[in-house]
Amino acid sequence: MTPIHYVRCLRGIIWREALRFLNQRGRFLAALVRPLVWLLIFATGFRFVLGVSIIPPYQTYIPYQVYIAPGLIGMILMFQGMQSSLSMVWDRETGSMRTLLVSPLPRWYLLTSKLIAAVIVSVLQAYVFLFIAYFWGVHPPRLGYLTVLPALILAGMMLSGLGLFLSSVIRQLENFAGVMNFVIFPMFFASSALYPLWTVKQANLKLYYLCMANPFTHAVELIRFALYEKFNLEAFAVVAGSLVVFMTLAILGYDPGRGLIARRAGTE
Amino acid sequence: MLAVKAEAAEQGGAGAPAEEAPPLVVEGLSHSFGERQALRNVSFRLNRGDRTMLLGLNGAGKTTLFSLITRLYNHRSGSIRIFGWEIKDKPSEALARLGVVFQLATLDLELSVAQNLFYHAALHGLPRREAAVRLKREIERVGLTDRLREHARTLSGGQRRRVEIARALVHQPKLLLLDEPTVGLDVASRQFLLDHVRRLCDERGIAALWATHLIDEVDPGARVIVLHQGRILAEGPVPEVIRRANASSMREAFDKLTGERGE
Repeated sequence: MTPIHYVRCLRGIIWREALRFLNQRGRFLAALVRPLVWLLIFATGFRFVLGVSIIPPYQTYIPYQVYIAPGLIGMILMFQGMQSSLSMVWDRETGSMRTLLVSPLPRWYLLTSKLIAAVIVSVLQAYVFLFIAYFWGVHPPRLGYLTVLPALILAGMMLSGLGLFLSSVIRQLENFAGVMNFVIFPMFFASSALYPLWTVKQANLKLYYLCMANPFTHAVELIRFALYEKFNLEAFAVVAGSLVVFMTLAILGYDPGRGLIARRAGTE
Repeated sequence: MLAVKAEAAEQGGAGAPAEEAPPLVVEGLSHSFGERQALRNVSFRLNRGDRTMLLGLNGAGKTTLFSLITRLYNHRSGSIRIFGWEIKDKPSEALARLGVVFQLATLDLELSVAQNLFYHAALHGLPRREAAVRLKREIERVGLTDRLREHARTLSGGQRRRVEIARALVHQPKLLLLDEPTVGLDVASRQFLLDHVRRLCDERGIAALWATHLIDEVDPGARVIVLHQGRILAEGPVPEVIRRANASSMREAFDKLTGERGE
């Protein structure tokens, strides 16, 4: 296997993801409905309930929908990451994961390729969301649309990495509902996606620490700052670190030597 | 790399490169899940062009054996060598020479037949133009050329299997594993697969290992491995296995060997 084989393999995996995406445009749009409901309805209703003071990276008072836009982008990335993990579980059940794992390139490479392909789709969704949000008063600086791209990619990879890891642990599709309840919702609500953390800090210090320990908070902050042409080092460090941890766990989970696959197989 | 080749050559015959080593050599393979021992000291070999039926009841250890040969997980004792490459040490080299048809349906139903095959070719690092030539050839051999552009979802169960065999051969492996490929198929589709694999072995020198629990599928022209409770009870050409068991048919031989009634 030479480098050109690796390139062809990555291209093939991305190409497949793109085809699936084109064949399931309905799903792509449906995935946008969720954050748009939050933006168009929830944010409007809460507009005057939550007072948002001036906090970085913003330089003026901002309407609530502007505040939650980065959080909703985070939501898109998280759902997409989980969805791709759902498709991995599904793949494993239908056996197409087997065809991937029996191909000759190293397993870490196959999984990383799969992750990259999933992130490309979710970044596209994030941009479609930003486009629609523009008409609802979310006007980041023009350059922000460009500076947010690396943040979207990194945050997307981290959240998909989490999904990939979960897919190596979850045995069956039915357990995925559990992931929704025990992973997605707690991560989303215990974060800075819907409210600035200083409000949480005033209300409950323990919850505040929990929010600060939540990698999703940092994914949202990374996106929020990047969208306003600013770089948040702390958020970057946490997101990058979490990516490494989740990816390592995922690769271990799928490792043929010590993997959970091997231990689990006996019960099948 | 060279050292491995030399070692492979030793096992394959004097001075032969890896490609001339036997397609599959399994030696002293044992595997257990916790307390339960799924395979006990399993050894066998497939030579070029061998068509070997791996016959065993459900739970005999066939799936475990296939999982180990396809490296879903690693074996801890014994060895598995594909054309001389030990799968645990050189997985890429070994897997590149192996074609697999899984028991589960593994086509992506959202994609067309051609797209499924292109995806597989890409996983094996084949350039697109070469893949196009090869997949046309393979799909023609299973008689589905006119379905190439159609969604896999529109194919019948038997046709999907045929596509899966074509797919398993796109990267031109000389060793083909089939894990109960006829499950759920009608009689005609089943016969097509049996005939097709026989032709692959006779005409192209492919070695095939076909796992089944159906004694009917074991014909006198094949070799057979009888696997029972993780152990190999008999191995060899079908007529020889029948004779050694003092039986008149494969069915009788199987019953005598295992002390249980097969299907």
